[in-house]
Amino acid sequence: MKEKTLSILILLGLMLSLWISTQDLYGVSEVFKENIYPVGKLKPVDSQLKVKVGDRAPDFTLPSISGEKISLRQYRGKKNVVLSFVPAAWTPVCSDQWPGYNIAKEIFDQHEAILLGITVDNLPTLFAWTNQMGKLWFPVLSDFWPHGKVAKRYGVLRSDGTAERALFIIDKKGMIRYIDVHDINKRPPLEDLVAALEKLK
Amino acid sequence: MKKIVFLVLLILTFPMVGIPSNKPPEKGESFPSIQLPIPKPPSEKAYLGLSGEGLFRIPQIKAKVLIVEIFSMYCPHCQKDAPGVNELYDRIEKNPDLKGKIKLIGIGVGNTPFEVEMFKKTYQIPFPLFPDRDYLLHKAFGEVRTPYFMVVKIKGEGTSEIVHTQLGGYPGAEAFLELVQKVSGLK
Repeated sequence: MKEKTLSILILLGLMLSLWISTQDLYGVSEVFKENIYPVGKLKPVDSQLKVKVGDRAPDFTLPSISGEKISLRQYRGKKNVVLSFVPAAWTPVCSDQWPGYNIAKEIFDQHEAILLGITVDNLPTLFAWTNQMGKLWFPVLSDFWPHGKVAKRYGVLRSDGTAERALFIIDKKGMIRYIDVHDINKRPPLEDLVAALEKLK
Repeated sequence: MKKIVFLVLLILTFPMVGIPSNKPPEKGESFPSIQLPIPKPPSEKAYLGLSGEGLFRIPQIKAKVLIVEIFSMYCPHCQKDAPGVNELYDRIEKNPDLKGKIKLIGIGVGNTPFEVEMFKKTYQIPFPLFPDRDYLLHKAFGEVRTPYFMVVKIKGEGTSEIVHTQLGGYPGAEAFLELVQKVSGLK
């Protein structure tokens, strides 16, 4: 009788683990077909922030897929900046995050904000990956070499070399006004970002 | 010993039988038994032939055929296809033989109400869209990729039958309407 109970318990445990392991294809778009690498469930956050709201945002210069180099300071006095770090190209969730921002340009415009997308991938990978998303209106930056230098400076470089799924809002004075280091497994709801942009006024 | 062998066998067969929610709905099956909130706008309520508040089931929709698009605001192909799906709606509404018989809804998987509204506004989508913030409906649909189209025949006594499913590959309004009429027997 005890053995039977144990078997049932083992089976239930197995059912649960299987059920959980199949929950990682979060509504992936058909546009990426079979090219999305299943990463499974990851540790939600795996780094320690090195900046906080109210700090001056550390400046950086990174190459972008359009060929030009982008520096944070070039927006000083002109635009608010939203930094969107995503973990890596060709992974679930990330692949569906920027295409959403791509139809939300109006919201960024209304709040005099530019979006900068950043990953630690190299330019050719970023180029191929973002090409699947249609034409993006915002710059996509490569924080590949020295590897993840900017992500590390902000404190969003994970122990495996990928970046967190993190959003930073930097105002026109160059001050950090909002930080969301999100659970890497989930997409941050758009309304949270919009609400943070509203507060800049 | 026999018990252990039996247990191992049971575990091995488990992945095949144990995850029914992971299988996308197929042609010939009835539509997954899901409930959606009755839309607030009177125009959408009237379009679906519903009244009051609360939840409804798919076979309650007043139509002979229902086209369901599983989409996401974050999905590039859904964005690209949106104008063509709107045209499908227009073609149906402008055709006296089809108006009222074929209806359309969209389900935004992993989308918050705000995100669905963003999609609706961007593409001025005239038919009802429902958010599925926590992927609960998405599970009922076997976690399909997006966009995923289903053509459902609504039969009497609260039953339904899926007559066509398709992942991506939207062929444009004219060809898709032709297909819908054919598979549903309206033509």
